[in-house]
Amino acid sequence: MPDTAIAEAPAKVATGGNLLQVRNLEAWYGESHILHGINFDVNAGEVVTLLGRNGAGKTTTLKSIMGIIGKRTGSVKFNNEEIIRATSDKIARMGIAFCPEERGIFASLDVRENLMLPPVVREGGLPLDQIFELFPNLKERLNSQGTKLSGGEQQMLAIARILRTGASFLMLDEPTEGLAPVIIQQIGHTIARLKKEGFTILLVEQNFRFASTVADRYYVVEHGKIIDGFSNAELAANMDKLHTYLGV
Amino acid sequence: MQALYAQLLVGLINGSFYALLSLGLAVIFGMLNIINFAHGALYMMGAFVAYFLLNIGGINYWWALLLAPIIVGIFGMILERTMLQWLTGLDHLYGLLLTFGIALIVQGVFQNYFGSSGLPYAIPDQLRGGMNLGFMFLPVYRGWVVVFSLIVCLATWFLIEKTQLGAYLRAATENPTLVRAFGINVPRMITLTYGLGVGLAALAGVLSAPINQVRPLMGADLIIVVFAVVVIGGMGSIMGSIITGFALGVIEGLTKYFYPEASNTVVFVLMVLVLLVKPTGLTGRAA
Repeated sequence: MPDTAIAEAPAKVATGGNLLQVRNLEAWYGESHILHGINFDVNAGEVVTLLGRNGAGKTTTLKSIMGIIGKRTGSVKFNNEEIIRATSDKIARMGIAFCPEERGIFASLDVRENLMLPPVVREGGLPLDQIFELFPNLKERLNSQGTKLSGGEQQMLAIARILRTGASFLMLDEPTEGLAPVIIQQIGHTIARLKKEGFTILLVEQNFRFASTVADRYYVVEHGKIIDGFSNAELAANMDKLHTYLGV
Repeated sequence: MQALYAQLLVGLINGSFYALLSLGLAVIFGMLNIINFAHGALYMMGAFVAYFLLNIGGINYWWALLLAPIIVGIFGMILERTMLQWLTGLDHLYGLLLTFGIALIVQGVFQNYFGSSGLPYAIPDQLRGGMNLGFMFLPVYRGWVVVFSLIVCLATWFLIEKTQLGAYLRAATENPTLVRAFGINVPRMITLTYGLGVGLAALAGVLSAPINQVRPLMGADLIIVVFAVVVIGGMGSIMGSIITGFALGVIEGLTKYFYPEASNTVVFVLMVLVLLVKPTGLTGRAA
């Protein structure tokens, strides 16, 4: 296993203008110590992908940034403001939005209610007509129960509802998991479009072939640490290493 | 025939109290996952607050309908902030035991000062008298209780099922962590929801005061039947608790007419049958 110094990983790829700065982030689920000092940066307007095997700590990293892990230490700065001790509702109101791996569609709400659920936290969110332009399926199914949608439609709904809120920094946890290739392609187009619109995106993916179509930079997470990082231009040169990291 | 209609009316009135109380229990269970055994004591407090407002402050029934639910609701919110919130994530049994203890303390304090006999609370002037409907004589106050309770129940249902605030409540019932991560202050919403449920109990207490008098154990007598109503309707179901509340009141009334010996047990017999056939209740979700 390559033994890359974790502190070097962000320095190697970050280019300044940090929107998010994570330093020595540690997190626990009960007694289990999951994150052992995560360091990385995300610059405004970038799509950054966290890669890694199952159980490496990618989802926990997103949840720790979002403030929904019970115990966490270290430093997470968003727009230069420390948020490590903030509650998740305050973090959301600062402009960070989270789309969980399990999608989190509410069964007791219809599609319209699911879509309108997250409150607008600041100006600049996408208006509904633009959201329906991105996800035309949703418009046709507004009155269906949220969990009656197909897996792909649920994923679209999960992404769509956080675009309304005005959050500028989106964290998407494995948005392509379990989806058909044609839907994955559509989600890829959506992420590319969102990047053009000025959103900053932190993506967790196991499917690096998909990630390579949208990401500017990558970090590799293993055993609760960032062990490597490179830009999309360096992807080809790092392919062998990446295969080793991900075990594919 | 007159007697049948009279029993139907009594059934509807009891059903109104069952519906208001089981609705509050359903709202609290849905949101806090707590089986609120203190509900009967809080219903009693509603009646006592109305009594104090009238006899100490000279504040009439109409203001009591507004103020008693607010005052008891604030008391409930203090209970939630100081005690119940620490039970989040624990087994239902802890909440049930804690609220049972609270009920015993509250009832004990009131019994200590007011004994067990009832204190009178007069029907407001505007609702005195009755109407001859041709087939029966309807006391105005009793008609008012049924209509007002139904309006409050339907308004609560509308709030929870058809508004944005209700969507927050329903979503937070399913996944409070994610709702909070959307920027909604879920702990505050839980406190307010407990206050709403408790306020409904207090409102039932005020409505009940002119009919049943104000007694420290008035809630203890009622709460066991209300729990049976909730079990039959299904824990956490809003419309289920409203319909079941009114329906069981009527069934109880009809039993009083056709087979009076069974009138005190018919609700519990139905509860046993429902538990055997559909343990989650007629419209409920699994706990």
